[in-house]
Amino acid sequence: MYKGGKIIASLIIFVGLLTIPFFYNMGKVNAGPEINLDTPAILALAPADQQCVESPEVMKANHMQLLNQWREAAVRDGQSVYINSQGKSFEISLQNTCLNCHSTEAEKASVTGGMSNPAFGSTQFCASCHDYNAVQPLCYTCHIGSKEAAK
Amino acid sequence: MSINRRQFLRRAGMLTALGFGGAVAFTGFRKKEVAEAAEYSLKQKAVLATRWAMVVDMSKFKTEDDFNRVTEACHRLHNVPDFKNTKDEIKWIWKDDYHHSFAGGHNQYLDEHIVHSPFMVLCNHCENPPCVKACPTQATFKRRDGIVAMDFHRCIGCRFCMAACPFGARSFNFKDPRPFINEVSPEYPTRTAGVVEKCNFCYERLAKGEQPACVEKSNGGLIFGDLDNPNSEVRKIVSTKFTIRRKPELGTQPCVYYLVGGDDHA
Amino acid sequence: MLEKALTGSKKYWAWICLLLAVIAVGFYAYLNQFNNGLGVTGMSRDVSWGLYIAQFTFLVGVAASAVMLVLPYYLHDFKKFGKMVILGEFLAIPAVIMCMLFIVVDLGQPMRIMNVILYPSPRSVMFYDMCVLIGYLCINLVVGWTTLGAERKGTPPPAWVKPIIYLSIPWAVSIHTVTAFLYAGLPGHHLWLSAIMAARFLASAFAAGPAILILLCLIVRQVSKFNPDPEGGAIQSLVKIVRYAMIANVFFFVLELFTAFYSNIPEYSASLRYIFFGLDGHSNLVPFMWTAVFLAFAGILLLVFPQTRKNGKILPFALLAIIIANWIDKGMILIVAGFVPNSFERVVEYTPTLNEILVTLGVYGIGLLLITVLYKVAISVREEKDS
Repeated sequence: MYKGGKIIASLIIFVGLLTIPFFYNMGKVNAGPEINLDTPAILALAPADQQCVESPEVMKANHMQLLNQWREAAVRDGQSVYINSQGKSFEISLQNTCLNCHSTEAEKASVTGGMSNPAFGSTQFCASCHDYNAVQPLCYTCHIGSKEAAK
Repeated sequence: MSINRRQFLRRAGMLTALGFGGAVAFTGFRKKEVAEAAEYSLKQKAVLATRWAMVVDMSKFKTEDDFNRVTEACHRLHNVPDFKNTKDEIKWIWKDDYHHSFAGGHNQYLDEHIVHSPFMVLCNHCENPPCVKACPTQATFKRRDGIVAMDFHRCIGCRFCMAACPFGARSFNFKDPRPFINEVSPEYPTRTAGVVEKCNFCYERLAKGEQPACVEKSNGGLIFGDLDNPNSEVRKIVSTKFTIRRKPELGTQPCVYYLVGGDDHA
Repeated sequence: MLEKALTGSKKYWAWICLLLAVIAVGFYAYLNQFNNGLGVTGMSRDVSWGLYIAQFTFLVGVAASAVMLVLPYYLHDFKKFGKMVILGEFLAIPAVIMCMLFIVVDLGQPMRIMNVILYPSPRSVMFYDMCVLIGYLCINLVVGWTTLGAERKGTPPPAWVKPIIYLSIPWAVSIHTVTAFLYAGLPGHHLWLSAIMAARFLASAFAAGPAILILLCLIVRQVSKFNPDPEGGAIQSLVKIVRYAMIANVFFFVLELFTAFYSNIPEYSASLRYIFFGLDGHSNLVPFMWTAVFLAFAGILLLVFPQTRKNGKILPFALLAIIIANWIDKGMILIVAGFVPNSFERVVEYTPTLNEILVTLGVYGIGLLLITVLYKVAISVREEKDS
């Protein structure tokens, strides 16, 4: 092969650089995200109402698509109510529906304290998974914590 | 044994296509099951209309406080930041004097008092909105009820709508607005830097069956209703009293009417 | 062919390094803008477009001007332009790329730019502008690259490029027409709301673009063995195009002045009064406008008389006068003055900030780098053939 030595050497260096993260993290403890589903707001609900807007499986796999659908429906079509597969209605609002349950007093305090990124300011609900997966949704550059937050 | 460059590129291309195709096939199959039985609807309390409009009864705006109360109610509810300079300024509803709001061709003998008398100005929610036509992403759009709304998620910040609006109703977030909001209202999101914003006739309140925040705080100075409904108060005023609009000659059909010199309503 | 750009003299590399340094500074300035928002520019609620969009407007014209070589050469078989056409096409490519970059740096949310394609909006002129610009870039890339490649091999260009070359002629006109429509269709800005905008844009483009091209040809002659005008006369023909286009441009502008001032409708003349005399005590643009007027007339006069037009020492200055006059008109005044007075008949002035100017220079740096590389390739192919 023409200049074979150089090519193979460069390839090895290239592959080496590419795999640094794997070697770097090798053997380290890999603690998965801790999803906190028992916030005081959720526990205060009657057991029958404790399910999220859809079943946990659907929410785990599809919450991003559902949020996108909600956004289109509420902002563009003016449809502000979501009726789920069990016929239950929910107000379409990230701030007043989702975050009402999925936040704790500590997070609410961080909102009033002027923190601009409530969910990401803590290790709580959204952040725990998203940080783990290195996904940075931009929701909270605009949306703010729940209703009680302002108190 | 050896392959030439052309063959190499062809094979590499085929492999890439296979890779992409496979990825699409996988993700394409799994998407479907998002809440099949779900539906979307309006709130039962929601107030509906086909042509929302506003009448500004100038006789009700007498003191400085009459104006400030209205502006403040709106700006506080919608988390409109206060930059304290005109360059970055963001405003949804504000006051400006007569000869600037209604620019062009005033008689030169008009009393100084009238020339400088303040008027309440806001987005006109035009029937033929030039901003909606200009927007390259449909981030600003006209709803079925006539409200010219913004989808802040979609706005790319090209500011074509600002150039298109002949009323100066639109503001751009030149900076991150968060640090300039004194008291965050949880009722409405803030905006991110780099998007355009303007009055939305409080569609989020209409959806809950409430009147716009400015109307509520105006002590009858702002009258809001459906222009297509012959029995609505706005329709009665607009059809029987003398009202003026900003720049009607441009054909955008503004839906904010100014009732000047009329005290009693129809 | 691109490998030709990787070998060159010390001077060539020094120039490349200089450009890279300018680009680096511009990129740094852009990062500042990206992180802190468009607040770091001089733009405001009242003057919501500034230097960036103005440069975009000017450069669309430069890109479109390649047609002034393509049309005579391919449609009228004007052989003298044979060696120059490729330089025109290779000027159009960087110009279009600069246009796109100026749009991107002007966006408040550049990461969302794909929304324009995800949610196509056929009622928006901006959508069409995107379509024609991308199309024009592709056309010029394909045409320039294949014709030069064919020339290198000593074969005539493949037959399938011919229709694309013909398509490039109306396409060039379309990019500047659509750009004019961006402004000319907006109610409420009387400086822009004029049917002659597109015509004036084309006239000024066909003056400034070829003028830049001639200057580039003169530089190419200086720094390489390749002569874009071997028989003589090609440059002078282009000079005549520049002259007539500039006269048309000034004429169209005078038409605007007549309508605005003779009709005596205050709104129609407000922006013009602002740029020529100042309005309500604001007169930032007045010295620039009069400079442009002076340079336009000086340039035209120098290009009218054969003694000055054919004088190799004077010609570059005459062309420079034309280019600067056009740049002031389009790249500086037209966009900004369209916002003055604002929708409330108030005068709010605009001054670009240092950060904004650095970003602008950075984009021009990228454009110059692309021109350098493309011209290097074209020149090397020619030199290779000549020797």
